Amino acid sequence: MATDTLASDSQLREGQIAALLRRSERLQLGLLLFPGLFWLMMFFALPLVVVVLYSFATNGPGGRIEWTFTLNNYRTLFTESLYVNAYWRSIWAGVWTTLICLLLGYPLAYYIVRRPPQWRTVLLFLVLIPFWTNFLVRTYAWMLILSNNGIINSAIQALGLPRVALYPSEGAVLVGLVYGSLPFMVLPIYAALSRFDFTLMEAAADLGANQVRAFLRVMLPLTMPGVAAGSVLVFIPTVGQFVVSDLLGGAKVDYLGNLLQRLFTRSNPPNWPLGSAMAIVFMIVLTVAIIIYFRVTTEEDR
Amino acid sequence: MNNGIAVDLRNVVKRFADVCAVDHVSMQIRDGEFFSMLGPSGCGKTTTLRMIAGFEFPTSGEIFLHGKSVGNTPPFRRNVNTVFQSYALFPHMTVAENVAFGLRMKKTPPVDIAQRVTEALELVRLGSFAARRPRQLSGGQQQRVALARALVNHPEVLLLDEPLGALDLKLRKEMQLELKSLQERVGITFIYVTHDQEEALMMSDRIAVMNAGKVLQIGTPTEIYERPVCRFVADFIGETNFIEGKVESVESGGIATILSDDGLTLRGQMIRSVAPETSVTLSIRPEKAFLSVQPPPPGTPNCHQVRVERVAYIGSDTRIDVRLGARLFDLWEQNSRSTLDRDAYWQPGETGYLWWPAENAIILTE
Repeated sequence: MATDTLASDSQLREGQIAALLRRSERLQLGLLLFPGLFWLMMFFALPLVVVVLYSFATNGPGGRIEWTFTLNNYRTLFTESLYVNAYWRSIWAGVWTTLICLLLGYPLAYYIVRRPPQWRTVLLFLVLIPFWTNFLVRTYAWMLILSNNGIINSAIQALGLPRVALYPSEGAVLVGLVYGSLPFMVLPIYAALSRFDFTLMEAAADLGANQVRAFLRVMLPLTMPGVAAGSVLVFIPTVGQFVVSDLLGGAKVDYLGNLLQRLFTRSNPPNWPLGSAMAIVFMIVLTVAIIIYFRVTTEEDR
Repeated sequence: MNNGIAVDLRNVVKRFADVCAVDHVSMQIRDGEFFSMLGPSGCGKTTTLRMIAGFEFPTSGEIFLHGKSVGNTPPFRRNVNTVFQSYALFPHMTVAENVAFGLRMKKTPPVDIAQRVTEALELVRLGSFAARRPRQLSGGQQQRVALARALVNHPEVLLLDEPLGALDLKLRKEMQLELKSLQERVGITFIYVTHDQEEALMMSDRIAVMNAGKVLQIGTPTEIYERPVCRFVADFIGETNFIEGKVESVESGGIATILSDDGLTLRGQMIRSVAPETSVTLSIRPEKAFLSVQPPPPGTPNCHQVRVERVAYIGSDTRIDVRLGARLFDLWEQNSRSTLDRDAYWQPGETGYLWWPAENAIILTE
């Protein structure tokens, strides 16, 4: 008897909760959204708020943060040539890397898609193989290739020509960046091309379009989502990187990532407020650039 | 110079690696003709069409378009348009932009483009769909957009690669009639590839029957059906009964007497002269043989008493299998009387007299 009442009691309570849930849509919504919102708050919004707050704080003696509101950090960024130059240099490095990756990656992806299926897998595999080696090691390898006694200069010397100073230089940085980013361009374009119906190219030719016009009017617009995705995947990490420019640029010229790293960790004393302001500006610039880019590239489809 | 010949193929060969897809094909397609290439899949009909379009170049031989050799001319320099089996409409363009594509490529003035696109869409009854995207249209509508996109360029020849293959049966029948009447209205030469013999018979002025890369016969639908030149054509187009035997004697009027391998004496029509003792095949269409209860008058040719083995009533006809010598012989009897009387129809086990006029049976040598 007793267990029966207990059972019916708990059943009653469950019934009440269920009824409450049914009645209050707001409660339902809250419960469903809570885990996701909690995660976003803890790991995205909160750190961002902290960075924003820091960017308006004052850097005290010894790198201590003083909570006095100031716009000096932002003023420094926009007036001191060290920072302004680093921004432009990083953005240009990103633009060039993206362009070169696009010019190399699109034909490569096209070539792979046009192979018989069993070859496609092998070739894609070859594109991915470098990822299995640590990125630092691969960048050091480029130092060896480009250095004064490296493979290229040895070959040049063997031909009886004078050596060329390839490393360290901004060109070497670009080579390293393109090398490291190429797979991120090839894979999205490959995915877009493998969904592309190549009969459409025949249809375009049939209607009087030569290869160039058929590419520009049909293939490129229809694979634009792949191009856009690849460009973003290449551009963003490239603008923020600091390893490649340190190693292949010889730490002589400053890119955004190098300055950020220095402000937070290396300089004595560190300057977190200035670093935070730099990160915020960086984020805004990238967001605006990407929005513009997507507007332009996906216009055709809407 | 071209004497009303739109497309002239001379000894065209196409090899892919070690496969000979098209093997010395020669044919002349006349101006304004609805010409079909008919054959099983892999017979070379699509490859031949693709060579006329310019998507493939012949390994050897020549292709003339209104007297001009185009063997190695790329597709975008040929005034020929194709309707693809998959339609191949550009998904990122509207219907109107799809139709305008060819004219834009030819740098037609925008005013003319607008007018011709409207006309072309009216022609295929899609006037109100100009602003839609292809994926918002049904299969039949997409098919018509593909037609408009090709026809708007006023091509010398329109090539159609199994354009109705993806449609369901009812829509297919509708489109067959529509295509045929469209072709008569615009007067453009149509070259039509299909594996559907009924479709080819219904729509074409002339048909080329192909198999294994070769053209077996070119002729009007009647010629192809009534006077096939070989076993393959007789078998592929419609249905038929084959009886193998040897020629015994030849009479005037092209009639020959055949002794079949299982000892029947049969008479048939020769389509080319055949010497006695030649091995031949007799081909008799099921609707061209008759089964009667009473023995036909004496002297009726090809008359044999037979037993009915199987009967299938299919509405318009009854299909009857009778035992003739070692084989089952298929014949169709039209149900021209409306009755439920069981005696009006043949039943298995009954016997009757099978016969056919000598000219209803064709003597084939290949």
